[in-house]
Amino acid sequence: MREKLRLDLRAAAVGRTLLHGLLYAGLVFAAVILMMLGKANGEIMERVRIAVADAVAPVIEVMSRPVDAAVVAAQAVQGWQALRAENEALAQDRARLLRWQETAHRLEAENAQLRQLLRFVPDPSARFVTARVIADSGGAFARSLVVGAGATDGVAKGHAVLGGAGLIGRIAGVAPHSAQVLLITDLNFRAPVVIGTTRIRAILTGDNSDRPKITHLDPDMIVSIGDRVVTSGHANAFPADLPIGAVASVEEGTIRVKLFAAGEPLDYVRIVDYGLQGIIDDALAAKAGDGRGRAGDAMSQPRAAKP
Amino acid sequence: MTRSLWLRLDAMMRTTAPSALAFIFVLAGAIPLNALEVQILKPLLPIAAVYYWALYRPDLLPAPVAFLLGLMVDILSGAPLGVYALAFTLAHGVLRRQRRFLVGKSFAINWLGFALVAVGGSAMAWLLTSLIHGAPVGAAGLLFQTLTTVAVFPVVFWLLLRCHVAIIRQV
Repeated sequence: MREKLRLDLRAAAVGRTLLHGLLYAGLVFAAVILMMLGKANGEIMERVRIAVADAVAPVIEVMSRPVDAAVVAAQAVQGWQALRAENEALAQDRARLLRWQETAHRLEAENAQLRQLLRFVPDPSARFVTARVIADSGGAFARSLVVGAGATDGVAKGHAVLGGAGLIGRIAGVAPHSAQVLLITDLNFRAPVVIGTTRIRAILTGDNSDRPKITHLDPDMIVSIGDRVVTSGHANAFPADLPIGAVASVEEGTIRVKLFAAGEPLDYVRIVDYGLQGIIDDALAAKAGDGRGRAGDAMSQPRAAKP
Repeated sequence: MTRSLWLRLDAMMRTTAPSALAFIFVLAGAIPLNALEVQILKPLLPIAAVYYWALYRPDLLPAPVAFLLGLMVDILSGAPLGVYALAFTLAHGVLRRQRRFLVGKSFAINWLGFALVAVGGSAMAWLLTSLIHGAPVGAAGLLFQTLTTVAVFPVVFWLLLRCHVAIIRQV
């Protein structure tokens, strides 16, 4: 009797192990299938991703409130410590800016006259949506944010996203009430830029580091540290002259850019519609789509830089 | 009648608490920290939950839940779908087989075991992402994330232990 019970128990244990093995094999199989589907049809996967992000966004927003409060408190303490130094710096800045203001007024007047002479077509007027950053969905492999404005607020794929100091990314996907922002630092970010006062054309390429690279640069051109990097307006990806950053290092042929937006708090961003829908074509994106679907944007491909 | 209903509710809460807490960990990973630089330092908390429950109470966080946790991480972190789902499932499976070596051992041994799991999972995630992208992706962010994940493990372990104790109390 006892023998039989032991045998039964052993058979049950073997059966359970087998069942567990099957379960794990099934889950591993499902994961592999997901990866292959994502690789083959990034567009659908991207839609699923955006839908889920939209669904959990309110939960994350509630959860982030205490964190926000703590960050604000920490910043306040830091702020008090730096108050005196900041005040002095601001006074100096103000004096300097007043001088610049004069210059700007003069240049503005001059510009207006010159435009009249040239019959210059002004840039299309921009429409702003200001949105709260509700989730920082980036991880080790991606740099992105979720913001609390979506299709119902007029946000669409390709719109430029600005922080206080300059461009921080573009809209990569839109759900009804939220949108995903692909940051400049993301592996898949590409933008045509011009560098310095000599207006050297190049492509800004994110690589998941804090300082994106400059690629597709004419090798004969000389770039020096501190040169301003702004969007070029080529290929209608972004309007011209949005500030991005300054050249931070030129080493072994790799040029890196320190972003103007680096270090500033990202609580709110401005999403700007310049009416430039030019080259972002979903059909094209679907055709070229990679595992995450968004590198397929025409903007993400370096072909714009090729002569 | 009402009493049995409350008891049933109570039992349900106790059995779902570990998974619920793990999903909260996943969402916590997506909380914005309002600065571009500190992003990469955020630890991957759910792997600690998978580690703990796979060792101590695999019935409370079974393999399919580990898979779903990984899938949510994929969706929220922008990693290719399936990468962390696979990593978490495999971690769960490996840990279940290694229970004998880790359960009831000192905390240091557990920490070491967790470090191995975290490094192994991250290495696999990196490899899979690189394969899917067709080129090696930057590993610096992942390295930082793994380090912070291992560094905060004692705190998370303590939290999970409290949760575990709360669940088995008065049952």
